[in-house]
Order: sequence, then C-alpha cells, then structure tokens
Amino acid sequence: MSELDEARIPGEVDAARTDNGHGAGTADGHGAGVPLLPAVPADDPHLADAATDPRRVEGIIGLCFLAGIAGVAAFGGAFVEGANTQVLAGTLFGGLFFLGFGLAAWGKYLMPRGPFVEERHPLESSARDRQAMAAAIVERTGIVVKRRKLLGAMLATGLGIFGVVAAFPLLRSLGPKPGSSLFKTNWKKGSLLVDLYGKPVHRTDMQVGGLLTVFPQGKENTLTAQAVDQAVLIRVQSTTLVTMKGRGDWAPDGYVCYSKVCTHLGCPVGLYEQLLELLVCPCHQSMFNVRDGAFPVFGPAPRPLPQLPVYFDSNGFLRAREGFDQPVGPGFWERTTQGNGRASAT
Amino acid sequence: MAVTESRPRTRREARQKLGAYGRVQQAINELDDRVGIAKGGRALLDKIFPDHWSFMLGEVALYSFVVLVVTGIFLTFYYVPSSTQVVYHGPYKPLDGQRMSEAYYSTINISFSVRAGLLMRQVHHWAADVFVGSIVVHMARIFFTGAFRKPRELNWTIGIVLLILAILNGFIGYSLPDDLISGTGIRIAYSILLSIPFVGSYLAFFLFGGPYPGTAILERFYIVHVLLLPLIIIGLIGAHLGLLVRQKHTQFRGQGRTEHNVVGSPMFPQFAAKTTGFMLMVTGVLGVLGGYAQINPIWQFGPYEPTKISYAVQPDLYMGWLDGALRVMPSWEFTGWGHTIPWEVFLPAVIFPGLIFNVCLAWPMIERRFTKDYALHNLLDRPRDRPKRTAAGAAMIALIFTVFAASSTDVLANYFHLSLNAVLWFFRIAVVVVPIIASVVTWKICVEMQEVPGAVKRKRAMVVSRTAEGEYVAVLAEARPGDEHEELEPEPVPLRIEQPQTVGAGATTATAESGVRRVRR
Repeated sequence: MSELDEARIPGEVDAARTDNGHGAGTADGHGAGVPLLPAVPADDPHLADAATDPRRVEGIIGLCFLAGIAGVAAFGGAFVEGANTQVLAGTLFGGLFFLGFGLAAWGKYLMPRGPFVEERHPLESSARDRQAMAAAIVERTGIVVKRRKLLGAMLATGLGIFGVVAAFPLLRSLGPKPGSSLFKTNWKKGSLLVDLYGKPVHRTDMQVGGLLTVFPQGKENTLTAQAVDQAVLIRVQSTTLVTMKGRGDWAPDGYVCYSKVCTHLGCPVGLYEQLLELLVCPCHQSMFNVRDGAFPVFGPAPRPLPQLPVYFDSNGFLRAREGFDQPVGPGFWERTTQGNGRASAT
Repeated sequence: MAVTESRPRTRREARQKLGAYGRVQQAINELDDRVGIAKGGRALLDKIFPDHWSFMLGEVALYSFVVLVVTGIFLTFYYVPSSTQVVYHGPYKPLDGQRMSEAYYSTINISFSVRAGLLMRQVHHWAADVFVGSIVVHMARIFFTGAFRKPRELNWTIGIVLLILAILNGFIGYSLPDDLISGTGIRIAYSILLSIPFVGSYLAFFLFGGPYPGTAILERFYIVHVLLLPLIIIGLIGAHLGLLVRQKHTQFRGQGRTEHNVVGSPMFPQFAAKTTGFMLMVTGVLGVLGGYAQINPIWQFGPYEPTKISYAVQPDLYMGWLDGALRVMPSWEFTGWGHTIPWEVFLPAVIFPGLIFNVCLAWPMIERRFTKDYALHNLLDRPRDRPKRTAAGAAMIALIFTVFAASSTDVLANYFHLSLNAVLWFFRIAVVVVPIIASVVTWKICVEMQEVPGAVKRKRAMVVSRTAEGEYVAVLAEARPGDEHEELEPEPVPLRIEQPQTVGAGATTATAESGVRRVRR
C-alpha cells in the first residue's frame, strides 16, 4: 500500500479515510477536491466543446429532446387508446430515437472535445510471478497425486463414471431409439385411400390431371401420421400406367400414387406441373417425373419418390395393394440400398 | 469511522461533513468501505474509447440484443409453447374455424389481440435480423483491420461463438410460431440431423422426442430459445466486454497514438452520453422498422400442416446461405454396404457451415503460421496494407453472399423469366468463380493502393499547347476549386486523462509529442 500512498498527487485528499472530510478544498480551476486534469488550464483547447457553434447545437439538441418528449408522451396516450401498430411505433420508437439522437449529439458536440489519452499498462506479469503460479499448480498437484495416488484415482474414477452415467441416460431419455420406425408407414395391404377429411376415393372421382393428397384410412387426423403417410394421388392420361419395370399393375386407370415426402429434405412435394407431368418440391426445386417412376429429373433430390401400388376394390374405391417397398423421405445412415434406382425394382 | 464521532447538528454541519462532493461522496464512501470500488471505478470512468465510426458496429449488435431481450420478455407473457391442436375462433376471420397448434394460436393472438403485440413481435424479429447482421459486419471490421491478432485471439473466438449462437437462436426463435414456413424449416432441420452418418437418426429422435414431428419440439425449442441460449449469450457478451476493458481498445494509427496508449474519449461523460444515445437510436430504428416494415406475417402463411407447403419457401436472412448451399449441391447420395450417406444434405448443411466457422475460429492461428508474427498488436492495420488477408476476407464474403443469393434460385428464375436450370448452373459455377475473382481483384486493388501514395487525390490537368514555332509544351493547369493546397484541421495532440502516478506528475500532462501534424498534404 505504500506505493499507492506515494502516488498521491499534491492537493489530493484521502476523502474516504479522513475522519472529518474537511481536507478536500484545493481549488485549482476545477472546483474543490481531487483535480480532474491536473495542471491543465481551463482554456485548454482539449476542454473546449467540440462544436464550433455551441448555441446552435444546443438549439438542435433541444428540438430533438422536445420531439422525444412529445413522442414518448404521445405513446402513453396511444397505448391507452389502443392505437394501431404504426402509431405506437412512430410515437414510442420515434420518441426514443430523438431522445437518443439528442443525447448522442450532446456527447459528441457539447462536451470536452479531447482527444484524451490513457496509457496501456502491460497485462503480463513478471517472469517470477508466472513461475510462481506454475509452481503452485505443478508442485501442489504433485503433492496430492504422489502421496495419495490411490485416493486420487478413486476420486477420478467416481467422477468419470458419474459423467458417463449422467450424460448417457440423460441424452438417452430425451427420446426413443429410432428402431425401425423410420422404415415404416401406416400403409398396409388393403389400406383404403382417403383424403384429409376421411373421404375415400372412387375410380370416378378424379379427372385426368387431377391431384389429391391421400392417407391410409383412420390416420388422416394425426400430425405424426400425416407427416410420414402423406401420399400424392395423380390421375394421368393412361389406362394402365407402368412407371417402372415390374410395376405393371400398380397404377390402374392412370391413378398413380407416390409418397409426398421429398427424398431430399422431407418437404411435401406439393406442386404439380400438369403439362410436363412433373411433381415439384418448392423447398429446393427437385422435380420428379410422374410417368417415369417419380425419378428426379432436376434438383438435389437423390432418389425417386417411393410408389404406392394401388387397386380398385369391388366397390370401385382405391386401396393400397401393399405398403411402400422402402422408407419414405430423406436418406439416413441406417437406410439400406433397397428401392434405389431402377435395378432394384426388377 | 471513529466511534467517538458526533452526529451533525445543523444542515450546514452535515453538508460540511460530507465534503466537497456531497451525497455522491457519501455513497462512494459507503460502497468503498465494503467492496472497494473507488480506485477501479475511477479508472473505469477514465477508460478511453477511440473515436472511430467502425467501433460502433459492435454496439449495434449489443443494443440489438438488448432490444431482443426486452421485446422477448414481452412476448413470453403471451406466447404458449404447445403443439396441442386447437380450433381458432378470434378476430382474424380468414383463419376462423381452422385447426392449429396453441403456439400458432397464441402468436396470432399476439399479432391481433394483444395491445402493441404485433409491434413487439415485429421489432423482435427485426432485432434478430439486425443482431446477426451487425455481428457479421462487426466481425468483418475486426478481421480486415487485424484486431483479432495477439492478444485478442480469445475475444475473436468468443465473437464467432456468439455469431453461431445468434444464428442458432434466431432459427429456433422463428420456428416457434409454428406457421407453415417455419414448420417446414423444422422439417428440414430434422432431415439435416438425419443426414449425419452413424448417429443422425438417434440425434433427430432425441431432439424431437421421437419421429417427426412428435409433440415435444416446440416446447423444447421454447426453453432453449428463452433460457438456455440467451443465458449463454449473455455470459459470453459479458466475457467479450470484460476482455475488451481488460485489454483496452485497439486503435488506428495517428497523431500521438502508439502501441502503448489509447487515444479517444473517456467513458464518462463523453462516451457514456454518446453510447446511451446510440442505444436509444438503435432501439428507435428497430422499433420504426418493426412498426412500418412488415416482417413474417404468419397469419398469411397459415398454421403448419405437414402436408401443405407454399411457393417461394425461403428461410430467414441468416439461414439463407445454408439454404443456398443446399440448392447448389448436386444430388450425390452415397449408398452401399447396406448404408446411406446423404451427401447432398450432409455436405452443404453440416460440413459446409462447420468448415466456414472453423476457418474463422482458426484464422488467427492460420495467419500466424504464415506471418510468424508473435508480437502483441494494439495498432490496427489498414486493409490495403495486408493485401493477402484482405483478399482472403473478400473471398469469404463473396462465397457467403453467392450461396446466399443462390437461396432464391426459384424466385430469380421466375422474376427474370429464366430457366431454373440456367439459374442453378449459374450459381453452381459462381460459387467457385466469384470468390476467386473477388480475392484477386481485392488483392490487386490493395497492392495498387499501396504503390501509389495519395492515389485518391485529384491530379491537376496538364495543358498541352502549341507555340508559334510549332513546339508542343505541357503546362500544369491552374488549380481548380478544391485542388488548392488544403490545410485540414490539424489533428490535436491527445490529452492525458489518467491521474498522474507520481508526485508532481502534473507537468507531464499533454507532453506526448508536441505540435500538430499536417494530416493531408
């Protein structure tokens, strides 16, 4: 502390420590007490306002403050009255802006212009201090570890096991294991195709060029089922459309049904370019050729949309011949090569 | 305080007892007795902030964050983080009778029923965009001036982590309303998680609590958005500013400025006034944007339904570069040995951003490897003086902007009546070519600016005239207005603000290099 005491400048008084506090009173142009900038005359240019015409700046700042006061005050009224968004924004934030502008201008133009300088004291400690810290860590750790090796090892083991058991069940408990759920949909053999409102699709319901999003009956109402089961039913000009080798009876009367989940990132393939018979995903513009097994003809989608084989039951309603022959949607590590490309469809 | 001390009897006596600085002194004394604030407090009030406009960019980010916190707290009072399906009946008639999640319902309510709710929502959204944007611009300033060099590598690292967290929290935040566009965004995020080899499906299931969409994701996103990430961000901002105070500001070269000092305005009152005013101005601008520039009108998009989608699905500003990367990537899926690696997703959406952020994080080390510069730096570089670094930065910015632009291939093709295929291939080529061109051009400009001192000055014309003998002579033309020898206001010598450290040190004030310097010509 002696260094600090020496560092006191003439006229400075330890006001915090003196009993009577009367010592502060060396007027040197800056009022009583500790001089702010010792030995700087009051007319030093650094202490002058930055503005060349302070009166004018004062006026402008005053106007800003007036606008700000009016704005925030008006906001109070506007809020009580339940005014619209634009009025609320204009009054509150316009007011705040003008208050801020005035204050910033005050700081910039009506305060000592400086510039001022401060020394940058080196951050580094002496070599001795550095060594002392390293020594404390290394040597004291050494004492612990060398003398009580077994205890240290036990403690480390305990904490390590705690870390593992805390992390693993915690992460594990956030959700179920994927299992086979990514491979399954609710489409089964004989599933009746229904629209979002549960209405079955009759063979006379759709015109050529028509499109309908369909679900397996009973699952059209749950989000989770919708997200994976959604399929797009399109009627194209054809009697028996064969989209791919081996899919001879999958699309009777031109009714062709594909999974609606894009194989790129899982967006619904919601756009249908009727003339070109292309299904388009609006997210990243993958395009799937409806006649050609929904093979991607453009964009980043790597695989065709899985096709759902459909047939007409005895009443003329569309049903699924069986479920999808492969997982729907985007790729993932466990996905097998099943259903990839044309070769596997034979 | 001495026990024997008597209480003051008159007001005058009480005033005298307080000393020259009255109650302020008393408050400081009381605090200082307990926590010792006086010495450090005075030093803090004396802290010098360099007066350069580019130092304001970080303040924009800081104050956007303040606005985010304030408007965000307002929104938490009304938002319901729940994916429970309800039927809407309310003042917005087009949605009447529609099924939607409670999250979407409450966001509609904030927009139409809560007083100033729409304003707060839109200000919050604008502030998020400005927060991320200003961080990036601030980061560019730090990069191009070399402010990340030793001793500030740690603060550079913290800044990048803050940028990543800001982007992440922005994405999670705009997913919360559960509208059609943000729901699609969550779907894409799920698929991106799925694409990670080995662990993707597990990560996706653990985050979503089961297969997509499940019923947990909005609730989980909510608490991450309003508690977890903001706490980390606040802690890191504290560390960022704490390091700034400890290491002091960098500064550009200039009169009286050395590696060992800082020249500018003190914290109090100049900087405090300016920065508080600036905070109110940033708040004002964000608020006016929120009031007059519509953003994210979720009532137009409708509630999220997994089977629905709309045209021109673009994510928020700061996710655009990743969406663009997904678009320009060819469909290169790997399948074999019973497994699938969706490179067409994994590469642009996981590897690419990971690579970008890691290059940023490692940049101080990368640069040091080439320059072998281990010295401490407090004076900033001019970008032109470091052509290679500036060129590298330009390449990075060009790359990010190109993939960002690529996220609107469909809109561009539609608007300019171009083939989507042509637009896509344009961007696939541009992503490689534009950064190269940008870096070469930047490097060349930097080098040329170095070689021609005063290159920005206007040259005086040479008048070539023919004499009577047929001889041609070139004469320097008369100075035009603005050409004349101009003496700008000399840059003043800075004044020392610290309390002198030695007895009688008052004389040392303002003696750092006397005289003024002609700043130009």
